[in-house]
Amino acid sequence: MLTTAQAWDILARVPDPEIPAISVTELGIVRDVQAVEEGVDVVVTPTYSGCPATEVIERSIREALSAAGARDVRVRQQLSPAWSTDWIAEDARERLRAYGIAPPGERPVGGVQPLSFVPRVACPRCGSADTERLSQFGSTACKALYRCRACREPFEYFKPL
Amino acid sequence: MTSATKTLPAHLDYVLRIADTSLILGQRLAEWCGHGPVIEEDIALTNIALDLVGQARLMLTHAGALEGQGRDEDQLAFLRREPEFRNLTIVELPNGDFGRTILRNFLVAAWQRELYQALAKSSDTELAAIAAKSLKETRYHVQHASDWVIRLGDGTEESHRRMQAAVDVLWPYTAEFFSATPTDDVAVATSVGPAWPSLEPAWTAAVTPVLEVATLKVPARTPFLTRGKLGMHSEHFGHLLAEMQYLQRAYPGGTW
Repeated sequence: MLTTAQAWDILARVPDPEIPAISVTELGIVRDVQAVEEGVDVVVTPTYSGCPATEVIERSIREALSAAGARDVRVRQQLSPAWSTDWIAEDARERLRAYGIAPPGERPVGGVQPLSFVPRVACPRCGSADTERLSQFGSTACKALYRCRACREPFEYFKPL
Repeated sequence: MTSATKTLPAHLDYVLRIADTSLILGQRLAEWCGHGPVIEEDIALTNIALDLVGQARLMLTHAGALEGQGRDEDQLAFLRREPEFRNLTIVELPNGDFGRTILRNFLVAAWQRELYQALAKSSDTELAAIAAKSLKETRYHVQHASDWVIRLGDGTEESHRRMQAAVDVLWPYTAEFFSATPTDDVAVATSVGPAWPSLEPAWTAAVTPVLEVATLKVPARTPFLTRGKLGMHSEHFGHLLAEMQYLQRAYPGGTW
């Protein structure tokens, strides 16, 4: 039998499959964990609607909890409230940077989008603000591709959502 | 045009129009995989396709529940026939060149943004949740497409010529975004969602400045009106379905 607190601890060590530098709880997608008779109920929310990692994450959660002794693990998806990059844990942002991904900035207030608005993003490697956006979509939908003009390294930026 | 279409309960019909529009645009964008003009755009278009198919999966699952016949997202996507699809005709048109693909993304995403904003307040809480989530993704689609519309429209002589040609071809299809139907009346009466004609002023206010900066001219409205959302599709649609549904038709019930 696992307690709710133990289950949270276990999930805090389950890495995100696309960004293994941070865990699924730090990413803010685990919305609720409840120890129940014979098992654990977990509520997760997807980052993006089409994120192919969602199913892998559910499986990882199930495997980690089962390995720790939970007999019956139920993972339920919840869409509302919609996931936001604001839910990424503070110390995980630093780990993202160390991993080479610029952490998400502020979300545009009220969804207002000025024409051709390109946010200033500091290079996660050298810290320079002299960077340019190469593409609005990087290796995954949640990231944009940038290049640092100071150290010449390309890097990804976790887009605010 | 295809054979007679069946009347669906308004709530289901309303959700299918939105779900199918996302699904079919996602399918068209997926055709760009490996064919983008540069790798960054190849990846961008397919990432947008992924968002759209993801949104469609959620909405089709919901449509299946509303229908109440035990059909899931896959059965609705892969086993319905042509007149059962309720997508806007514009999304089933062949992609054309990169400029035309981008312009269509721009026109459709700007419309989806207005629709999802209104749907986030729907009395159908599942639809509201899906819309609130999709809205965030759609804002990035609008931004991506806007940047390119301006860059190509106000670009070289050749890119401008192609973009203006794309506007001339696609603009008449946008009339369908806002045509009134009985389904809209029921959606309003039950607070499921807005009547689509009501979205036109906000959409026009959003797309006009971008097209102006892009130096593109919008043709005058004509009586031309497509009816994909009523189940009457263009000649291109059967070919799209043949490819999209091939596996489930050839190997019914097949799974990975």
